[in-house]
Amino acid sequence: MLSSLAGVLFDGFAYGMLLFLLSVGLSVTLGMMNFVNLAHCSFAMVGGYATLTLMTRFGWPFLATLPMAFLAGAVISIVLERTLYRRLYRASDLDQCLFTIGIVFISVAVFAWFYTTEQQSVRVPDWLQGAQHVGGMTLANYRVFLIVVGLAITALLVFLVENTRFGARVRAAVDNQRMARGLGIDVDRAFMLTFALGGGLAGLGGALAIQVVGLDPTFALAYLVYVLIVVAVGGLGSIGGSFAAAVVLGISDMAGKYYFPWLGAFLIYLVMVGLLMWRPQGLFGKR
Amino acid sequence: MESASAHFQAKTRWHWLEVVFWLCTLLPFVVTPNYLSLASQIAITALFALSLDLILGYAGIVSLGHAAFFGVGAYAAGLLAKHYWSEPLTGLVVAALIAGLVGYATSHIVVRFRHLALIMLTMGLGLLLHEAANSASALTGGADGLQGFRVPSVLGFKFDMFGRAAYGYSLIVLFLCFLVARRIIHSPFGLALRGIRENATRMPAIGAPSRAHLRKAYTIAAVMAGIAGALLTHTTSTVSLEVLSFGRSADVLVILILGGAGRLYGGIIGAIIYMVARDQFSGANPQYWYFWIGLLLVVVVMFLPNGILGGARALYKKPQ
Repeated sequence: MLSSLAGVLFDGFAYGMLLFLLSVGLSVTLGMMNFVNLAHCSFAMVGGYATLTLMTRFGWPFLATLPMAFLAGAVISIVLERTLYRRLYRASDLDQCLFTIGIVFISVAVFAWFYTTEQQSVRVPDWLQGAQHVGGMTLANYRVFLIVVGLAITALLVFLVENTRFGARVRAAVDNQRMARGLGIDVDRAFMLTFALGGGLAGLGGALAIQVVGLDPTFALAYLVYVLIVVAVGGLGSIGGSFAAAVVLGISDMAGKYYFPWLGAFLIYLVMVGLLMWRPQGLFGKR
Repeated sequence: MESASAHFQAKTRWHWLEVVFWLCTLLPFVVTPNYLSLASQIAITALFALSLDLILGYAGIVSLGHAAFFGVGAYAAGLLAKHYWSEPLTGLVVAALIAGLVGYATSHIVVRFRHLALIMLTMGLGLLLHEAANSASALTGGADGLQGFRVPSVLGFKFDMFGRAAYGYSLIVLFLCFLVARRIIHSPFGLALRGIRENATRMPAIGAPSRAHLRKAYTIAAVMAGIAGALLTHTTSTVSLEVLSFGRSADVLVILILGGAGRLYGGIIGAIIYMVARDQFSGANPQYWYFWIGLLLVVVVMFLPNGILGGARALYKKPQ
């Protein structure tokens, strides 16, 4: 019982790292521009398919494709932001939702066209397969890898936001956009870079997710709910909040699947509705 | 200066185009008798879109989980027909009551939120109900859907494979609900709803209780969505889990936005175009159908912010 509990905690934590990578970009960009980008998981899907293509068609090693997945997510988000999204910053929530859901539908159909609707998988290097046995617990290598990558990126992000000039601009824009503009901060530029960074992290998350949950064109819709839960629970524009929410969600989802499998996703939605009713601005949200 | 009652009377007068439109809804009986089943599906979807229009177009409540009430109505009608009796008209009333009860209960939660929290919450409630119906397979049949019942006829008209009774039944119910909706939005209550949509904090200052009004509108919309769901159950004699799905909530939103929200006829026009297009184009693989829906959404948001009816109105007004 105790070792199964530790196992659930471990697996849930690894899953939470994945959810964090997928959602942190959306949280920060939502906090900055109040732009509801439901197509965020489509960027993740682009990263996932970039890794898949590079590995299966061009024979790249798994690790080398990860930066490319990041780049693919970042490039597609910058292109969309510059050409389409920026026209809608002043539009209503509903218009933004509809528009970005339209993008999701298009992306699902386009990937179904090029890659079929089959579930795809990749072959990770041998040292990432198998598991370690530590004190009666079985730790899958790939999940250890996920946790290491997730923690490293969190540390990097916190450093970037807390200790650099760019981070200061971003924090200022999240706190009070008009004031930041008034002080001469180029909010549009900061937003574009943040958007690209968030899209890139989502792309990386999409690539890392293939080994855990597989990849098919409905990824963009299936994980949207999880990402939105992380954002809504963690509070807008908060990296720490997203991290905590992602870990809580990952662990409770794993625990739910392990201990109450007949409930399905019911538990997760119940937690989300309850938390939203209790604190609509998110657990760590300021507004 | 016109008096208030003269204002409302002028609003409720029927335009000749409206009369022509409703006469045209009878055409499928003679022109396309092979497509009456589709026509009945369109009428049901139009009623569902009309119910969403009441809360989204008039009261400004954005809902991504409106299928919850459609599904509750559908399952209520199905369970009633399976375990008790299969007379559809009383079934319709029971389904409407149950959907209304669920709507009233959730309205207390929904009206407290706005913006992203509202969208998330309606979506969450919809997903919650979908999962509940999926898990409670003993009652609902789970993913296989509710089967093993038959609604043979309505008022002596048999539901057959040609769908004549089905379309007549759906169309009459749609028209009656439309009359109710039309009456509501041209009443002082409807005017107050539009006021709340435009400015929710200012309306209480002139004596309109915002939240009470919104709760009432939400409950009425839930009743209508439940009736639409019950119609689907009666005319098809099955209930699939899909009636509660997120896809259905998203589809009805697309339909309403496409036709034009806040225009009463928007949902109906949207339903006709959407359903006919889906029937013609979706073909073998629904994945590609969603490409066109996505493109449509992008184009409508960018270029037709008030939907087809809004666009048509702008074109009509331009020369003057």
